[in-house]
Amino acid sequence: MNAALRHVFLASLWRRPLATSLSLLAIALGVALGLTVQLIHSAALDEFGRGIRLLSGTADLQIVGSQAGLDDALYPLLARHPDIATASPVLEIEARLPGRDETLRIFGIDLFRVAQVTPSLLPMTDVQDGTPTERIDRLGPLQPDALFLSPAAAARLALAAGDRLTVQIGVREQALRIGGSVPGAGVGQILAVMDIGAAQQVFDRIGRLTRIDLRLAPGIERGEAQRRLADLLPPGVAILTPDDAESEVTGLSRAYRVNLTMLAAIALLTGGFLVFSAQLLAVVRRRQEFALLRALGLDRASLRRGLLAEGAVLGLIGGLIGVTLAYLLTALAFRLIGGDLGAGFFRGIAPTLRFEPLLTLVYLTLGVLAGLGGAWLPAREAARMIPARGLRAGDEAEVYRAQPRWGAALLCLILAALLCLPPPLAGVSVGGYLAVLLVLIGAILILPGATLWAMRRLGAPRALTLRLARARLAAAPGQAVVAGAGVVASVALAVSMAIMVDSFRSSVDGWLTRMLPADLYLRASAATASGYLDPETVARIAALPGVIDVYPVRFASLRLDPMRESIALIARPVRTGNGLPLVAGSLQPTGSDDAHPAWISEALADRLRLGVGDPLALPLADRLQPFRVAGIWRDYARQQGAVVIELDDYRALTNDWLTNDLGLFLADGTAPETLMTAIRATLGEQTSEMILPGELRAMILAVFDRTFLVTYLMEAVAVLIGLFGIGTTFAALAASRRKEFGILRHLGLRRRQIGTLLSVEAALTAAVGMGVGLLAGGAIALVLIEVVNRQSFRWSMDLQLPVVALLVFGLSLILLAALAARLAGAQAMRQDAVLAVREDW
Amino acid sequence: MLSIENLSKRFGSVSEHPLFQAVSLRLAPGESVAIMGESGVGKSTLLNCLAGLEPVDGGRIRLRDTELTALNEDDFARLRRRDFGFVFQSFHLLPHLTLAQNVALPLWLLDLDDRTAGERARAMLERVGLGARADDWPRHLSGGEMQRVAIARALVHEPALVLCDEPTGNLDPERATGVLELLFETIHSAGAIGLLVTHSPTAATHADRVLRLTRDGLVAA
Repeated sequence: MNAALRHVFLASLWRRPLATSLSLLAIALGVALGLTVQLIHSAALDEFGRGIRLLSGTADLQIVGSQAGLDDALYPLLARHPDIATASPVLEIEARLPGRDETLRIFGIDLFRVAQVTPSLLPMTDVQDGTPTERIDRLGPLQPDALFLSPAAAARLALAAGDRLTVQIGVREQALRIGGSVPGAGVGQILAVMDIGAAQQVFDRIGRLTRIDLRLAPGIERGEAQRRLADLLPPGVAILTPDDAESEVTGLSRAYRVNLTMLAAIALLTGGFLVFSAQLLAVVRRRQEFALLRALGLDRASLRRGLLAEGAVLGLIGGLIGVTLAYLLTALAFRLIGGDLGAGFFRGIAPTLRFEPLLTLVYLTLGVLAGLGGAWLPAREAARMIPARGLRAGDEAEVYRAQPRWGAALLCLILAALLCLPPPLAGVSVGGYLAVLLVLIGAILILPGATLWAMRRLGAPRALTLRLARARLAAAPGQAVVAGAGVVASVALAVSMAIMVDSFRSSVDGWLTRMLPADLYLRASAATASGYLDPETVARIAALPGVIDVYPVRFASLRLDPMRESIALIARPVRTGNGLPLVAGSLQPTGSDDAHPAWISEALADRLRLGVGDPLALPLADRLQPFRVAGIWRDYARQQGAVVIELDDYRALTNDWLTNDLGLFLADGTAPETLMTAIRATLGEQTSEMILPGELRAMILAVFDRTFLVTYLMEAVAVLIGLFGIGTTFAALAASRRKEFGILRHLGLRRRQIGTLLSVEAALTAAVGMGVGLLAGGAIALVLIEVVNRQSFRWSMDLQLPVVALLVFGLSLILLAALAARLAGAQAMRQDAVLAVREDW
Repeated sequence: MLSIENLSKRFGSVSEHPLFQAVSLRLAPGESVAIMGESGVGKSTLLNCLAGLEPVDGGRIRLRDTELTALNEDDFARLRRRDFGFVFQSFHLLPHLTLAQNVALPLWLLDLDDRTAGERARAMLERVGLGARADDWPRHLSGGEMQRVAIARALVHEPALVLCDEPTGNLDPERATGVLELLFETIHSAGAIGLLVTHSPTAATHADRVLRLTRDGLVAA
């Protein structure tokens, strides 16, 4: 079988280069996209995990507060506890660097404690008193303005020992001296270290810590210690194992990663469909060849093996191209967008590309499986053929005699609907993705029945070519399956994505309008970083001419449950402001008890299983404060959950009068630009950021569009592949029907009419495929919006149908299909009619 | 030795109406027979039944010591690979293989390596007078030449039985004679059994015996 396998089976791939290239392209694309997502994420997660391990060192447990931190009085209490051998306090600051786009993570550490728990954070003083540079560990790190950079941070900021780095505290700038390096930090970690006392002073955080790393006394069991120590902690402070921190981020980014992976899987599935189309056509064309081989003694199993080998080779080569492409794309992505695929999950790390043998093998195998899967049915069809019949010409019509499979299709759709009901598995919407797959399979199963139905609805057209095309498709609806399967898959993918993205975009747009009511926004830095506006600054801004009102927002983070990741707290005027994009409850609660109103995001409502009217305790100022859920709002910004409370309530409960974002309402006729100049003059050039809501909206929507650019590109590629699929299918069909066309020419049909016949057949096939694809796409969009997005990201959106775009897309696709078939059939039309009728092959 | 005893075949699978029945025949190695008959009497079906490409409804077929009617599909395929050669009316050459590769096809199926198969195919093409065109493509050949390649393919693996279905049906009388002479001479010299199905009395005369297929069996023509 070896020589036969080479010459008869594998060589056939070379004889149809276009179909082979298309199948390869589709498989390569699916493999490349899937593997790229995994490679980027695995490198980022790896580096992130390394960072967590580096920062937790040999700590057994960590006491973690919210962003506001914890009272450092807790530290001596823990340090003296009999369960604890060493306690090492840490103050983590995300420092804004005026004049630079990035922030820097600064760890304030106790130099004497850190050596015992996280020695890799130990700073080294670089003393430059002559060459060569001599490194001596001294008390230099205790100097209040000394900052020590990790090698990656030094490289990123282009700073060396002795240089100065300006950081921002509130709207004030302060220069720090680079005292040396943190050599143990490794190459991928962008961070800096300074003395904790100095950090508290420099960043106005006196008396505050963000974390205490604990090493337990010998013989103390971690679980028991965790329970005992938890009793000592104030509300909102958690005691975690170092692994918990790693799983927080892994859990957060999982849904995003899974979604992208599923997109890639759909691309791979489209590849499988193309292999199916190409192989089935090849089987039809080579029917007499296979009949001859069977007559010469090739058994069914060998024939099936040969054809499966063709699919496997397609999958393997496609997979190899895909894998190569994936590594190139990953390297490019690291260079261009960093390790977080633009989603902002992993800040402060610089992951590097590594060869991942297992992942690579998995994706290569997936490529081979796509090829094998696509070749499976055609191989079975070929092996089933009766050789005596196959040797006769005209037998190929058998393959196209597909039966409508309404029952199986209905079963798929019912199963898909049922799969939408169960909750996600480990945060992944497994049911949703399976439902998408079943809808696609159901759509393909509907295709022969839909073709028959559509052809009957056409009635008895008068135009000859239309009549012939209708007769052909009605008699051989299987042809529509072969040519249309790729179209249905790609159209369904494109349409579902278009509907989902359009719904998402318009919902985000509406959300932004509600969230950004003011005329101008001002902030000292991002909410998590070290810039803020103090009350005097706010008062000075409010007093500027042209400002009629200010709208301060304070952001904080809270830990509601010790074992969960922290959530966002947003304190702002609610009842007097522009409200919230509510999906339940009201802005004006009529509660009679002492509980303050709180408006929680959909994600938080989902995670805490809370409804309107339910009580909610929030840890503010080290105490649990009573709140009541007044409403649930839509939030696309904070996947982990957010709660909005009235700014006045927040200030009364915490005595925190700082502001992160300040919305400014301007008097009529005041130009925002004039005010912006006045603010810069008040606060300094580089210590604030200002933006107009229109610009911010445009910027956010631009980021949104960029994020979905990959999706648009994939849609375009899928549709293109589907179109090429129609082209190659009709080229192959035209070639296999040369005899039929020869007879039609003998009967008086002109060459041009044969071309028109092919175009009409292609247009009808594409129209049926388009119709089924549109319906399937709509159903998939519903699953994506109502099930996958809700379960993965816990947010809802309003369904929006881009009717005009879909209509234009549909009509263009039908026209392009007709054109592709016409061009592809040109060869068949050139064929001499007499030769075509008498030739055997 | 080929022996056919009481072979019968019905129309379809359930019909009681026989296509042919009581077909019996014995042929020794090196012997050839031509089977004639009206259109639709089942001549090609008889060949297909002998080759195991269509099931029989009754009777036995033995080739040498093997009971063909008792073989399962895969065993029959293996036997066909080794012991059967075919010549069809419409040649059935694979257009994407060279003449030498077309002739080597049965040897490939017997797992012979490329080189050995190639050498034997070329030698066989020499025998049918096309040795110089071994690397040419089928599309460059005339009908008569194509059928000579098909004869080479049918005999290259030295089969015990060569089945020919109207081998000259697509050729003019002059070329037909040349092809038939070559076919029977090659069959005889290889010591194979030749079974020819044809409408043409001229073609039939090239065989050792001529029989007529009727619904009730084979009779002398």
